[in-house]
Amino acid sequence: MAKGFDRQKNILDFTLSSLLRRKWKNLALASVYTLVVFLLASVMFFSYAIKREASILLANAPEITVQRLLAGRHSPVPLAYLDRIKDIAGVQAIRGRLWGYYFDPVVGANYTLVVPESGAPENGTIRVGAGVARARSLLAGDMIEFKTAAGDILELEAREFFSADSELVSSDLVLLSADDFLAISGGAADMVTDIAVGVRNPRELATVAEKIAARLPDTRVILREEILRTYDAVFNWRGGLLVIILAGAMLAFIILAWEKASGLGPEERREIGILKAIGWETSDVLLMKFWEGMAVSLSSFFFGLLLAYIHVFTAGSGLFAPVLKGWSVLLPEFRLVPYIDAAQVAALFFLTVVPYSVATIIPAWRASIVDPDSVMR
Amino acid sequence: MRRSHSFLFCLGLLAGLCGLIFVHASLRRQAMKPGLLEKERLVRELGLTDICLSTEANYTRHLTQADFTTAFQDHPLSLEHFPSGTWIRPGPRSGYGNGQGIRPAKKHP
Repeated sequence: MAKGFDRQKNILDFTLSSLLRRKWKNLALASVYTLVVFLLASVMFFSYAIKREASILLANAPEITVQRLLAGRHSPVPLAYLDRIKDIAGVQAIRGRLWGYYFDPVVGANYTLVVPESGAPENGTIRVGAGVARARSLLAGDMIEFKTAAGDILELEAREFFSADSELVSSDLVLLSADDFLAISGGAADMVTDIAVGVRNPRELATVAEKIAARLPDTRVILREEILRTYDAVFNWRGGLLVIILAGAMLAFIILAWEKASGLGPEERREIGILKAIGWETSDVLLMKFWEGMAVSLSSFFFGLLLAYIHVFTAGSGLFAPVLKGWSVLLPEFRLVPYIDAAQVAALFFLTVVPYSVATIIPAWRASIVDPDSVMR
Repeated sequence: MRRSHSFLFCLGLLAGLCGLIFVHASLRRQAMKPGLLEKERLVRELGLTDICLSTEANYTRHLTQADFTTAFQDHPLSLEHFPSGTWIRPGPRSGYGNGQGIRPAKKHP
């Protein structure tokens, strides 16, 4: 047992010396390998954490949302529609939601205006998200001007702020009273933006949705399940940017593995020939190549994984955040809850480390079964 | 110290640090639990339907409330021009009501 362990250590010593003889080449190889793992793991960590957090948060979203469509566009819903829904069997709760967008020309940012069902701010006051406060450099008691639908200026006092911890859902929110909302949006008092419906039995959701659609044919019915599925599909590998990142990383990796699998250089072949000539067995040569592959791939994998974790969960996903923020002025700053899927990490390990190690061994085996004399010549 | 010993030590250290990722993530999840509960409460009380990832366009702010053809809503040649749109593909819609869901087209009689 101890003898076998010593043999492994001796071969590993020789392998490391061999790698150090070509240290710049191997260092470049390990750097590219680390970069590939870093990119793949970053995408994996980022998309999984967002999907997981979205699924936890949006499990509390309305079970059914009913929108009215007019000429293919969203349109306010008359309050009379609520009466036509509330007597459907299985409907437990129903409320009209008042919400919309406001473009603030002062800073060029889009806000989401929401009128809460209960605990709405008093007329003339608002509660704002941390992103809005940042964009407007607001302190408690500061006033923000909103342009009303009639063209007047309405000044509202920022009295309360959402916590920075809740920025993933509240960054651009402006909570205000129904009167102020109607003044800014120009909506009618007998209209709401859309309708949120609660259903007693989750198994009746589809039936209730069908009944709503039959009673109100000009509406679109969105189930909570669809909301959750949307976020599950958001960072799908078919998303434009993800395809580019993944394709680039995979191509780089294929080139790496191909370079290894396509054969050894004359120097490496001569080295194997000499080793065979001085008495190394084929199994020793294969073991040396196995350690060589493992030294590069394992250290690169671990290093890439660590860097990806730091990038996504402690450094604010600096590589992806600019794309998500895009041209927006109001920039949500959120720290993702570090949800990690161990199965995905294992899959990444088997997709990167194993093929590379195999690709290293095959050409070494081909070189080591040839007569040492012919290899050295 | 032999090279193999140094190498195995470094590899072990890296593997250990990678293992610590899971411990660190678990501790962070515990520490971030109050924030998560606060967000859940806001979603429930305000009836929110989306998380705030990007505010540059209405349809990237509220992904679930947007139309299928939303990138083209301004005019027929209005192609996607917001960077955040490149992350996103159209969400699955079951198509209740006027829901623009993916349903097999009916044959013209």
